[in-house]
Amino acid sequence: MTLLDLPSATGPHHPAATPFRGDTDPLRYLDEHGAPVEGGLRPSEEELAPERLMEVYRALRLARAFDTEATALVMQGHLAVYPSSRGQEACQAAAALAIEPQDWLFPTYRDTAALAVRGIDPAEALTLLRGSWHCGYDPKRWRTAPQCTPLATQAPHAVGLALAAKLAGDPVVALCLLGDGATSEGDFHEACNSAAVYQAPVVFFVQNNQYAISVPLRKQTHALSLADKAVGYGMPGVRVDGNDVIALSHVLGEAVRRAREGEGPTLVEAVTYRIQPHTNADDATRYRDRHEVDIWLARDPVDRLAKYLTATGNLDDTLDAAIGEENTRYTTRMRAELTGEPEVDPAEMFEYVYAAPTPQLRAQRQMVEQGMTADEAGE
Amino acid sequence: MTPTATATAADKETAGGVRTAGPAPAAAPRTTVTFAKALNTALRDALAADDRVVVFGEDVGELGGVFRITDGLAAEFGERRCFDTPLAEASILGTAIGMAMYGYRPVVEMQFDAFAYPAFEQLVSHLAKMRNRTRGALPMPVVIRIPYGGGIGGVEHHSDSSEAYVAHTPGIHVVTPATVEDAYWLLRAAIASPDPVVFFEPKRLYWSKAALQLPVTTGPIGTAAVRRQGRDATLIAYGQSVPVALEAAEHASEYGYDLEVLDLRSLVPFDDAAVTASVERTGRAIVVHEAAGFAGFGAEIAARVSERCFYRLEAPVLRVTGLDIPYPPPKLEHWYLPSVDRVLDAVERAMAA
Repeated sequence: MTLLDLPSATGPHHPAATPFRGDTDPLRYLDEHGAPVEGGLRPSEEELAPERLMEVYRALRLARAFDTEATALVMQGHLAVYPSSRGQEACQAAAALAIEPQDWLFPTYRDTAALAVRGIDPAEALTLLRGSWHCGYDPKRWRTAPQCTPLATQAPHAVGLALAAKLAGDPVVALCLLGDGATSEGDFHEACNSAAVYQAPVVFFVQNNQYAISVPLRKQTHALSLADKAVGYGMPGVRVDGNDVIALSHVLGEAVRRAREGEGPTLVEAVTYRIQPHTNADDATRYRDRHEVDIWLARDPVDRLAKYLTATGNLDDTLDAAIGEENTRYTTRMRAELTGEPEVDPAEMFEYVYAAPTPQLRAQRQMVEQGMTADEAGE
Repeated sequence: MTPTATATAADKETAGGVRTAGPAPAAAPRTTVTFAKALNTALRDALAADDRVVVFGEDVGELGGVFRITDGLAAEFGERRCFDTPLAEASILGTAIGMAMYGYRPVVEMQFDAFAYPAFEQLVSHLAKMRNRTRGALPMPVVIRIPYGGGIGGVEHHSDSSEAYVAHTPGIHVVTPATVEDAYWLLRAAIASPDPVVFFEPKRLYWSKAALQLPVTTGPIGTAAVRRQGRDATLIAYGQSVPVALEAAEHASEYGYDLEVLDLRSLVPFDDAAVTASVERTGRAIVVHEAAGFAGFGAEIAARVSERCFYRLEAPVLRVTGLDIPYPPPKLEHWYLPSVDRVLDAVERAMAA
C-alpha cells in the first residue's frame, strides 16, 4: 500500500467548509480506548507483529520515563530549562524507530526523548538543556543533528544532507522534526519547496501539538490542515493521529520507504497535544483551560497502546512492571549523571570556533586562562 | 616577453593537441585575464581538484550566473556538480550546511549583496556556530560568494556593502580580493579552508584585467598586502576601495606626500600585525571603505590602530567611507562613494595635524 492509496485525510472527506478543526479526521488504527477503528488504517502483519509492537511499547515507556525524570530534574534545578514532550511520546518513539542507523534525524529542542529512544546517552542528550555545552553528543556517530532552537532552520539542513546522500548514491534518509509553529516560518516553506524540486529523500514530520508557546493553532494558520500545505509543493501530505503510535509508525514507515526508494519527500502532520507548559518557565494556565488538557490526557498515547497490547494478550501486569523497573534503572542512572555541578572548561569556548584559532582568539584565550589562574590563586 | 610572443609559444606547445616533448618553458606564458575570469578559473580548478566541491545558486547553471562567474561549469562538470536552485537564499545556504554535514564542500552564490539577507539567519545561527556547538564534529567548509558594492549604476538593492554584518559574527572568515591574482588565489584558499568563508566579490572590479598566467599563488587568508610603499601615511582599504586608494596615493605624490596602501584582503581573520607595522612606520592611518561609516568595519580598524599605535600616531585615525544613508540611486551614487578627492581631503587633514 502506498500513501496515495490511503484513505485521504484532506480530500473530499475533509470538512473544508466548516470552521471546525477537530481531531476526528486524522488517519488512525486505534481509537482512544486502544481498539482498532472501523474503516481505519490497515497496517501490515509485520507492523502488527507482537514483537514489533512490544519494541514500540518499550520505546513509548522509555520516552515517558525520560520526560518525567527530566521534568523533575529541571524543577530541582539540575537543568537550565526543559521543554517537555509529555503527551507526544508516540511521535517521539515513532520518529526514532522509523529510521535506520545510517539515516539522519534533525531534532528540535522538544525532541530530547526521541534522542533517548535513538540510543543517545541521556546526559549527552541533555547537555544543551543542562547548559554545560550546546550539543553534547557526537552528531556523526548518532547521525543526529544538534537539536535546533531557531524554528524550522534545521529543515533546509535536512534537505541538504538528503541531497548530498542522493548525489553520493547512498540509501540515506533525513527525518526532520518540526512543530506546528515552525510551519509559519519561511525556512519551512523554502525547505519543502527545495526538497520537492530536488526530489530529496526527506521526511518532514510536523508534531502539531496545538500550541507555539501560548499561541494556539488557529492563530498560527488559517489552513484546516498542516498536511494540506504539501499540495503546494507537489509532495504527498498525510495527517495522522499523533497519539496512535501504530498509525503513526505505519505512515512514517511509508514516508521513509518512499524517500529511500527515490520517490521524494513527504510531509507528515501528527495531530497531538503538549500536555505540559512550553517549558518549566512557562505558565500554561494563562492561555488554556485545564478542561482542554483533561480531554487530551484521556487520549494518552502510552495507555492506548498498553490497552491494545493487553487486549491482544501480549502485555500483562508482570511484564508491564518489569518494563517499569528497567526504566527506573535507566532514570536512576540518568539522575546520577545529571545531578551535581557539571565540569566545564572555559578554554573550550575558544577550541572549536575555527579549525585553527585566529591570533585575536589566541590572545583572548590567554586572557581568560590568566583570569582562571588568578581565580584559582584566590586573587 | 611580449603578449604576442607568449601566445605564439603557447600555440606551438599545444599544437595538434599534443604537447611537444622537451623541457618546460622557462617562464609561464602570460595572457590578459579579467577578475571575473580568474574567479571562474578558480571555481573550475577547485571542481576539477576535488569531487566534494559543488557549486550552486540562482542562475549559476546554464546561464553561468548573472555576472558569468560560473560560466561553462555546468557544461563541463555536469548538473550534479553545478546546479540551479529555487529562488530561496535561506534554502541555498541551509542546503549547503546540510551538504557540508555529509562531507561535501559547497560553494554557493548569492546573486547580489542585498539579496543575500534572507540567508542571514542560516549564516549567523548555523554556519558560524556548527563547528563550535558540535565540538568540532561538524566542520563547515562552505564558501558563500557575494558580489558586493556599488559604482556600477545598479538600481536599488544592487549595491550594498554588507561585510560588517558578517564580520561581526564569530565563526566566519570574511575575505575580499582587490586584484586579479587574489581573485583566483583567495577563492581557491576559501574553498580549501576547513572553515566557512564569506567571499565578497567587488563587482566593480569584475572587468579589471591583469597580464598573468593562471594558476597563481598569493598570500594565505588572514594576511594583508602592501600594494604601495610609503612613509607619510597608510591608506587602509579592501575590495574596490583599493584601486581608489592607489589612485589617491598617486595624486598625493604630486603634492609631495608619500603614501602607503595596505590591502586587507581578509577582514576576518584580521591582520593586526601588518596594519600595526605599517602605521608604526608612517604614523598616520586613513581607512577607506564603501560601506556606511557609522558602526562600519572602519570603526573596528580605527579602534585597533588606536589601541596598538596610539603613541606613534601623528594624527587621529580618519575614515573615508560611504555616507550614513541608504545606498542612493545610480544618478546620485557618485556623491556617496568614497572618491579619490575625498581620500585626498582626508590625507590633507591627516598631514596637517
